[in-house]
Amino acid sequence: MSHSRIGLRFAKLAAEGRAGFIPYVTAGYPTLDHTRDLLAGLAELGSDVIELGIPFSDPMADGPTIQRSSQGALDAGTTVDDVFRVLAELRRTSDVPVVVFSYLNPLYARGVETFVREAVEAGADGILPTDLPLGADPDLEMRLLESPLDFVRLIAPTTYPDRVREIAHSSQGFVYYIARTGVTGARAELRSDLAREAGAVRSVSPVPVAVGFGVSTAEHARAVGAAADAAVVGSALVNRLDEGGVDGALALARELRGALNEVEK
Amino acid sequence: MTATPAATGRFGPYGGRYVPETLIPALDELATAYAEATADPAFLAEADELASNYVGRPTPLYRARRFEAAAGVAPIYLKREDLNHTGAHKINNTVGQALLARRMGKPRIIAETGAGQHGVATATACALFDMECVVYMGTEDVRRQSLNVYRMELLGAEVRPVESGTRTLKDATNEALRDWVTNVAGTHYIIGSVVGPHPFPLIVRDFQAVIGREARRQIIEAEGRLPASVVACVGGGSNAMGMFHAFAGDEEVELIGVEAAGEGLGSGRSSASLSEGRPGVLHGSLSYLLQDADGQIASAHSVAAGLDYPGVGPEHSHLHDSGRARYVSVGDGAAERAFRALPALEGIIPALETAHALAWVEEAGRRGEIEAPVAICLSGRGDKDVVHVSSLGE
Repeated sequence: MSHSRIGLRFAKLAAEGRAGFIPYVTAGYPTLDHTRDLLAGLAELGSDVIELGIPFSDPMADGPTIQRSSQGALDAGTTVDDVFRVLAELRRTSDVPVVVFSYLNPLYARGVETFVREAVEAGADGILPTDLPLGADPDLEMRLLESPLDFVRLIAPTTYPDRVREIAHSSQGFVYYIARTGVTGARAELRSDLAREAGAVRSVSPVPVAVGFGVSTAEHARAVGAAADAAVVGSALVNRLDEGGVDGALALARELRGALNEVEK
Repeated sequence: MTATPAATGRFGPYGGRYVPETLIPALDELATAYAEATADPAFLAEADELASNYVGRPTPLYRARRFEAAAGVAPIYLKREDLNHTGAHKINNTVGQALLARRMGKPRIIAETGAGQHGVATATACALFDMECVVYMGTEDVRRQSLNVYRMELLGAEVRPVESGTRTLKDATNEALRDWVTNVAGTHYIIGSVVGPHPFPLIVRDFQAVIGREARRQIIEAEGRLPASVVACVGGGSNAMGMFHAFAGDEEVELIGVEAAGEGLGSGRSSASLSEGRPGVLHGSLSYLLQDADGQIASAHSVAAGLDYPGVGPEHSHLHDSGRARYVSVGDGAAERAFRALPALEGIIPALETAHALAWVEEAGRRGEIEAPVAICLSGRGDKDVVHVSSLGE
């Protein structure tokens, strides 16, 4: 088990027999002030890890909701510096683990070493590049693995079994299992075989397994919490932010947090 | 085959596979199927037969004497890819990839399109092989290229307008990739240029390389020598890569790619990724990109929808850095003038994309900056652009 802040949080969850709650936030959407309030609220209500998304102009793995929030954040003028600044502000009041979620190009444009250093200085614990699959760029992957950040990797339903094991063994902090073949977005139902598939990943993974993509309701959260170590919720929170503002998004987060606490591990 | 990227899919440092994990097995499957197909005489024979009897290959290499007089340099040859079925080089790639998709047992085809030429060529191949076809096209391009939208629909394709981002080729590509991530099991993505994750830049180049193979043989027959200059327009760069590839080992042949300068280099309204961009990751590969300091992709601009793309194929980035090819640029105005000039001089209406290459040769010829013999890839015909150019006025 890793001794990073993320590793310690998962160890604590395991000791308490609870499933983790990992909300995703698009930084700067609809404004940085909303992000500040949302992060503080999510930390306070007991999020185990927060995924802080750097908005990107061409989010090819994302569905309409996160496309909209990313474009909205960029239209509002959000920069990478802004994202690190709100993270540093969160760090004054909270030690909740934070994973920076980004497409590769913002890292590449800044220089990966510089990006990692600034993320660490701002208080990030992990990095999750959406479009850097295992083996795509061994030199860059090695630099991230050796960085102070946990390099969190993704496994998809299409990933073949040998590769599932390989990815899980090279993921730090936790590994993210994508619940369905497709892009991000809230859904009415989860896949019926999700529990079996997530279980298969868990059985070969030396790190905890978080499941996301389409997790939208308390019922989903309970199902995911039973099958995996944590549930990631993104688009559903963004939708709720649009409908009910920060308070609305935090109300949904509290409901999901509560549902995950009900799961017997 | 020269310059084949290794398993990692790199041209120098460029290319690669920067995609969501979901697509990795499909890319592996495609690379394997492609390697098997190209080693299978039956596949190659069928591809050749279709190239001859359906596409209309070989295309002529035509000496353009009145254009030579206007440019002040001779001889100039035009490789007539506009005479292919559907009117552009794009069909060389789509017939090849559709054959490959059929071999892989994928009944559904998706594609992105800018000018609509790739969309039409994909819809055509799908009609031929009785495959379902969905084409993503930005709404800005739907507006500029309405004739091609209707052609695609006639051919039985579904055209899905894309409203996101800049509503052009970049956004249509994002949407096609999202479709592929979602429906990957039964769907093949016929990407339209030498872009995207490995093995696409390799596959598209190989299917387009017939252009340069023919042109090389034809100019040797006509002139008894190799050309001094080989010129093609570059958006993503598929006609240029197809034209350049056969000449890559001929050190005495200068390879010249003409990018779209739009409203001018430095105006912030161009598509000249190699002239004005820097390396970054978009649509699955590392290559030159128009982007801001934070790595956000800049919106490209060109009067030619097929060049209106903020990236470029990774092999072009490598040829740029290595110095093997030279990349220059031509703005909207000069391209529009060349679009109007060639019909009157030669009785050939070129695509606005191709007009960039013609405009550069004419300017360079007048300045004495190009060596003859010149071979230009006349990548497509301009019927699709007539309405749009006439709306721009004189």
